[in-house]
Amino acid sequence: MTEFRSPDEEIEGFRARVLVALLFILACFAVLGGRFYYLQVERHEYLHTRAEDNRIALLPVVPNRGQIVDRNGVPLARNYAAYTLEINPSRVRRVDETIDALSEIIDIQPRDRRRFRKILEESRNFDSVPIRTRLTDEEVARFVGQRYRFPGVEVQARLFRDYPLGEVGAHLIGYIGRINERDLQRIEERGQTANYRGSDYIGKAGLELTYEDALHGTTGFEQVEVNAGGRAVRLLARQPSTPGNDLQLTLDIELQKVAEAAFGTRRGALVAIDPNTGGVLALVSMPGYDPNLFVDGISTQDWQALNDSPDHPMLNRAIYSTYPPGSTFKPFMALAGLEAGKRQINQRMPDPGFFMFGGHRFMDHRARGTVDMHESIVVSSNTYYYQLANDLGIDGIAGFMRQFGLGTRTGIDLPGEAEGVLPSPEWKRTRFRQPEQQRWYGGETISVGIGQGYNAYTLLQLANATAALANGGVLFRPHLVGHLVNAQTDERIPVAAEPVRQIPMRAENIAAVRRAMVEVNKSGTGARAFAGAAYGVAGKTGTAQVFSLRGQRYEEGKVAERLRDHSVFVAFAPAEAPTIAMAVLVENGGFGSQAAAPIARQVLDFHLLGTRPNQPAPQDEEGEE
Amino acid sequence: MTDQRFHPVNLLRGFVRPVDPVLLAILAVLLSAGYLLMLSASPERAHNQMVNTGVALCAMWAAARLPPQRLMSLAVPLYLLGVVLLIGVAAFGETSKGAKRWLDIGVTRIQPSELMKIAMPLMLAWYFQQREGAINLRTFIVAAALLAVPVALIVTQPDLGTSLLVAAAGMYVIFFAGLSWKLIIPVALLGVVGLGSIVVFGDQLCQPDTEWYALREYQKQRVCTLLDPTRDPLGKGFHIIQSTIAIGSGGVWGKGWMEGTQTHLSFIPERHTDFIFSVLAEEFGLVGTLALLAVYVLLLVRGFVIALRAPTLATRLLAGAITMVFFTYAFVNMGMVSGILPVVGVPLPFISYGGTALVTLCLGVGILMSIHRHRGNAHD
Repeated sequence: MTEFRSPDEEIEGFRARVLVALLFILACFAVLGGRFYYLQVERHEYLHTRAEDNRIALLPVVPNRGQIVDRNGVPLARNYAAYTLEINPSRVRRVDETIDALSEIIDIQPRDRRRFRKILEESRNFDSVPIRTRLTDEEVARFVGQRYRFPGVEVQARLFRDYPLGEVGAHLIGYIGRINERDLQRIEERGQTANYRGSDYIGKAGLELTYEDALHGTTGFEQVEVNAGGRAVRLLARQPSTPGNDLQLTLDIELQKVAEAAFGTRRGALVAIDPNTGGVLALVSMPGYDPNLFVDGISTQDWQALNDSPDHPMLNRAIYSTYPPGSTFKPFMALAGLEAGKRQINQRMPDPGFFMFGGHRFMDHRARGTVDMHESIVVSSNTYYYQLANDLGIDGIAGFMRQFGLGTRTGIDLPGEAEGVLPSPEWKRTRFRQPEQQRWYGGETISVGIGQGYNAYTLLQLANATAALANGGVLFRPHLVGHLVNAQTDERIPVAAEPVRQIPMRAENIAAVRRAMVEVNKSGTGARAFAGAAYGVAGKTGTAQVFSLRGQRYEEGKVAERLRDHSVFVAFAPAEAPTIAMAVLVENGGFGSQAAAPIARQVLDFHLLGTRPNQPAPQDEEGEE
Repeated sequence: MTDQRFHPVNLLRGFVRPVDPVLLAILAVLLSAGYLLMLSASPERAHNQMVNTGVALCAMWAAARLPPQRLMSLAVPLYLLGVVLLIGVAAFGETSKGAKRWLDIGVTRIQPSELMKIAMPLMLAWYFQQREGAINLRTFIVAAALLAVPVALIVTQPDLGTSLLVAAAGMYVIFFAGLSWKLIIPVALLGVVGLGSIVVFGDQLCQPDTEWYALREYQKQRVCTLLDPTRDPLGKGFHIIQSTIAIGSGGVWGKGWMEGTQTHLSFIPERHTDFIFSVLAEEFGLVGTLALLAVYVLLLVRGFVIALRAPTLATRLLAGAITMVFFTYAFVNMGMVSGILPVVGVPLPFISYGGTALVTLCLGVGILMSIHRHRGNAHD
């Protein structure tokens, strides 16, 4: 088939092919033209009838959104029915005049108008848009009486989302909001467009977002005949909707309340986990916010207040903020030393009150002569861990800590979890650009050894690692949802405990570290907070250094407070058979014993004894590192 | 003497010169029609579409200014870039609608398969030019391989609509380059027989337990829904049923602009993008649909005239292929909306809402203009 052709032959051939292509095009268009003729002339009568006189509309039947309840069935997110006044913009010529007229019989605030405008701009196609929500019975009656004046305006019974506890647990429950352009795009990308026909709301944050698919349910359809005005006149067929599943959490909302109250006005976070299952018992980020503000579009003022607050209430400090763990790192370091064979349980190490490395003196609070592993935890010796860090090396530390999930997303069922930083030479290489910054220095290993330096973990990671310490080395994927409950059949689908890994550790090593942590709260740094506790509790105080204000404005008075160290505490109890493991951090709270440990005391007292405190946990200025 | 180049009249002339008035006039008709339909189908998007149109016209002008030789020198780099990006999508792409089509390059997300719609015919035209005078079977085999790689990458995303368009663009070049009729005719016959048997044996083929070789479940669904829309009136057949009702109810003269009930009562899904043709058909009737066909025929004839006058083999092939790609867009879209082709995501060219497709199409028009302006100088 080799064809060597002259340019002229080649052009001739091309002309022939263009002719063929043109004929092909005309043939195809003729088919299209024929099809148009068939539809628009031959079938016109029939199709016109179907379109004009006998319009069959598919109306979506929106499913009820699932509720969210705590482990004991206390509702955290629920629905209630209320009347809304809605305007169908495609059927109302002068929207503004209509609203003015409506405001004579129904209370319509400027805020309502602004929201109406906003929703109208964002709304897809020609849905009706609410001008007032939650009408009183009296208002409904007044409107119905004068309905004839307002074509295209209707009262609708709709379900609303309500978060009855307000700020309690706001960060984990999250909220829903009106579907906007970006949500629409996501819905389309997941191929869910049909299922969201008629839905106005979608999960935007927290569990409402993570479990959107389960909570939303399946939209049903009603096939109805509509008259020329678009009103349904006859129901032809019906495919009912399937309500969304309820979420039953592992969370104990009473414990959550106690934990939040214990913070008082202080900023910080707390995560409490059942070490036997990975189920989260409490997840606190203070301060909080009221999710009810978001449901129908947050007002500009409210939004600015939340955004401009220096306390950043929208920030989920439990899973998104990362902090150095401070001395709460030491029990894990001790285990690493024992497991690696670098230390024996009873081996005494010199403690002159400092550690020399590379000509630099790493300081401790005091000189203790010698300490063994037990004492090093109880009195929180730095020198012991400076030496240990040096002996383990950074790779040894990172390799061991990685098993506890530090510096790795835990995979909790909440959106927006931070990864944190488990420092290692490899991390530095990828984190920094300049070659001199990429180098790992031996001195950096020393400060990592006492939980400072580049260490940065979420409170969730710290609590989950503590839970693994409490249960003998099983690292779970923490989760908030215990069961999905089918709203129609009440069938409960459990969320199985998901062990990520069994960390290989010798039982006697774990036991030794636990004994030391129990002693911390008897005679060590946690003793003042746990004086007279009726249960055995293992714990460790920590202090996370704050080095910079990160670009905030300098304000006399505030600075001193915001430069204070963060107070950290980890604990599990009862020490012999733990049912709760937790990590607490109070921002700028000082030493671990001063702020975090007293909060842990209140939470554990409530969880184990049912004692409800009557005021926030005290700030213990006498506490020491 | 002052420099005459900067005299305002000359500047204006320089600005206008690349533009072919005939193509521009046809384009103006199509774009205005699109704007009118957008006002009816989705007025809140009309402004956006104006912006898209502005961007697309700039792209067209830029392409029209570029001499074909410069364009040809871009063939290999563009093609390689496209293939690398497609591999990037396969490796790191963002998954959406169950398909990996987008690549996040930090600033924005891009869809490399769109680039391939221009790069593919350009590359093949360049390649045939290199082999001019020595085109043999091996040339075609290499060309087929050049075509197969990106198409295979796009098919696996999976994106049937785009892969068909890219494959078609490449095959048009190969066809115009003179692929033997002995090969074309049997394949065409096979296609006709295959399509015929699908129509005849549709019922058996669409049984739920019949698995289709090489096609994915959703593609099978689309074909089966086409054969019998009523099998799924609430779901996938909804589009086709409603759009045929819209087209048919338009009659000969249409219901009038903004008066389409199917459109305005929201029966037509995607009425501003892929299904905008049904708005035209409902509101302007058979007169409108046939007029649109006529405008498209004018566009295609103009494209072929440019191809026939083109100075080099490469520009001939490129102009011919671009014209055929315009045809493919128009035919596939109107075919699917009127219910004779399966629903594949192909917009109505120059009319549907959306910036990406419009820019690509206008780039094509710009290339045609450039080829036309340089028709005399085969050897510069």
